[in-house]
Amino acid sequence: MSEKQRALEALAAAQWKLALRLTGAMMAVYFGFILLVAWAKPLLGRQLVPGLSLGILLGALVIVTAWILIWIYVRWANSHYDATVTRIRETGR
Amino acid sequence: MSTSLGSPNFAAIFFFFLFVSVTLAITYWAARRTRSTEHFYAAGRSVTGLQNGLALAGDYMSAASFLGIAGLVALSGFDGLIYSIGFLVGWPVVMFLIAEPLRNLGRYTFSDVVAYRLRQTPVRIAAAIGTLAVVTFYLIAQMVGAGNLIKLLFGIPYEWAIVIVGAVMMAYVLFGGMLATTWVQIVKAVLLLGGAFLLAVMVLVRFAMNPLALFANAAERFGAQVLAPGQLVADPLDALSLGIALMLGTAGLPHILMRFYTVPDAKTARSSVSYATGFIGFFYLLTFILGFGAMVIVGPDAIKAVDKGGNMAAPLLAEAVGGEGFLGFIAAVAFATILAVVAGLTLSGAAALSHDLWVNVVRAGKAPEHEQFLVARVAAVLGGLVSVALGIVFKGENVAYMVGLAFAIAASANFPALVLSVFWRPFTTRGAQASMLVGTFSALLLIFLSPTIQVSVLGRASAPFPLRNPGLVTIPLSFLVGMVVSLLTKERDAAENFDGMQHRLHLGPEADQV
Repeated sequence: MSEKQRALEALAAAQWKLALRLTGAMMAVYFGFILLVAWAKPLLGRQLVPGLSLGILLGALVIVTAWILIWIYVRWANSHYDATVTRIRETGR
Repeated sequence: MSTSLGSPNFAAIFFFFLFVSVTLAITYWAARRTRSTEHFYAAGRSVTGLQNGLALAGDYMSAASFLGIAGLVALSGFDGLIYSIGFLVGWPVVMFLIAEPLRNLGRYTFSDVVAYRLRQTPVRIAAAIGTLAVVTFYLIAQMVGAGNLIKLLFGIPYEWAIVIVGAVMMAYVLFGGMLATTWVQIVKAVLLLGGAFLLAVMVLVRFAMNPLALFANAAERFGAQVLAPGQLVADPLDALSLGIALMLGTAGLPHILMRFYTVPDAKTARSSVSYATGFIGFFYLLTFILGFGAMVIVGPDAIKAVDKGGNMAAPLLAEAVGGEGFLGFIAAVAFATILAVVAGLTLSGAAALSHDLWVNVVRAGKAPEHEQFLVARVAAVLGGLVSVALGIVFKGENVAYMVGLAFAIAASANFPALVLSVFWRPFTTRGAQASMLVGTFSALLLIFLSPTIQVSVLGRASAPFPLRNPGLVTIPLSFLVGMVVSLLTKERDAAENFDGMQHRLHLGPEADQV
């Protein structure tokens, strides 16, 4: 196995690990929300301040979580991933 | 409350003609730049990240989500928001697993990626079946929705509405290809986001710009239960099944996947998903305000009086806060939304027919460029005619379930094969074929046996399969079948070409082979 291939495989493994973790996080948050909707209806109906029920707050937070996870991925990809790709392209390892 | 909905509205007709004129001018401009198959399907790979982000948002935010979710919230409160959230959470999955591999490994369709290291013919046929199934069901839902909506908004007959949508959309696709379709999506996304934002602001002005005051007012007048989960999600398994189909279906919709070929490189594909998720999330957060705004300002009874399903909540709200002129603007935006989504769907169906089936299966990848270009346009005309025919055939049918069905097939037929082909070395041709076909047909069969068809459409007392959406069964099944069949049918070339594919996946199509 060439050095280049080894570097590529390490990069692919790192990318896969992060992608899998972030996908898992999104699924956990979203399915957690759905299960609360199904099983804890009175809890989600509790109003924290007038007009803001826990359900509405958590629902908005699921959308915000999607943004944050994407931001984490893009930050990693724009710095670490792109730099490694450029290095492998240019130096071959 | 009286409404001018359903009678010809001068402002609506003015804004509609303005939109059609502008987009046809764009099409004329795009037609002069569309000289090859690469332009026709991928806009010459010249679209920027922000542009593609808007176009993705345009492709994804259908009239169903604008009108349907606002209506659902206006009638049943919190339950409608569950859809808002479900439609967004697929985008991170698109980002982490799909966008960049797609850009680096494919040319025009997602089958390019699945077939990359496998045998072309069997994979392409199976993928085209999945794609055409998704596109057909999505198209039926959009066309029937368009006919009903335009009848309600403008008072013109259903069939005329279908023919107008079909003719304008075909002009975009046939002459302007992906470049025109992309710009139609961008114009539509800006109009939809701007219109929804303006509407939300005009609602919030009445509540001191505080959404919580609006929600509190709704709870005061219609009871605190409008802010709590209700009967929509009664069974947790049902909820999970719909949730997983919405989430993974997004990452398997052919007209969305096709967009990643319009950008110059993987980095731009990445930034376009960021922009798209930003815009789409913002839009779905606005639906919270639009829905409760319609509930409080228009009132559920007035909304139900116009349309039982609540689809007219947003237009009625526009009329209540901004008068007839604003109603006309929002009505035209809704029409534009349908036109744009139908154009995107037709283009992806045409790509499956011409690029996958004709060029790569019938002609074994050896068709000359001018033939590919011609076949692509013939397929676009065919797609347009078929969608008009489907719209007319399904007139008056209950087609609301078809969007859910399209997502279920996309999630079970396309998503598993795509992920396995990119990330799992032992994947084989037979495995891909089995996964895609089992995904498509198990989703179709279980939908047919589910309460969605048996009870809601056929009016039977009960259904043999308990879940309304089959995703929870069919997605794991498709993964499992794909993996088991792959392990039983070792394919040396497929495993050996995995390294070359990884090389191209990360370093891009320009990089030399190992």
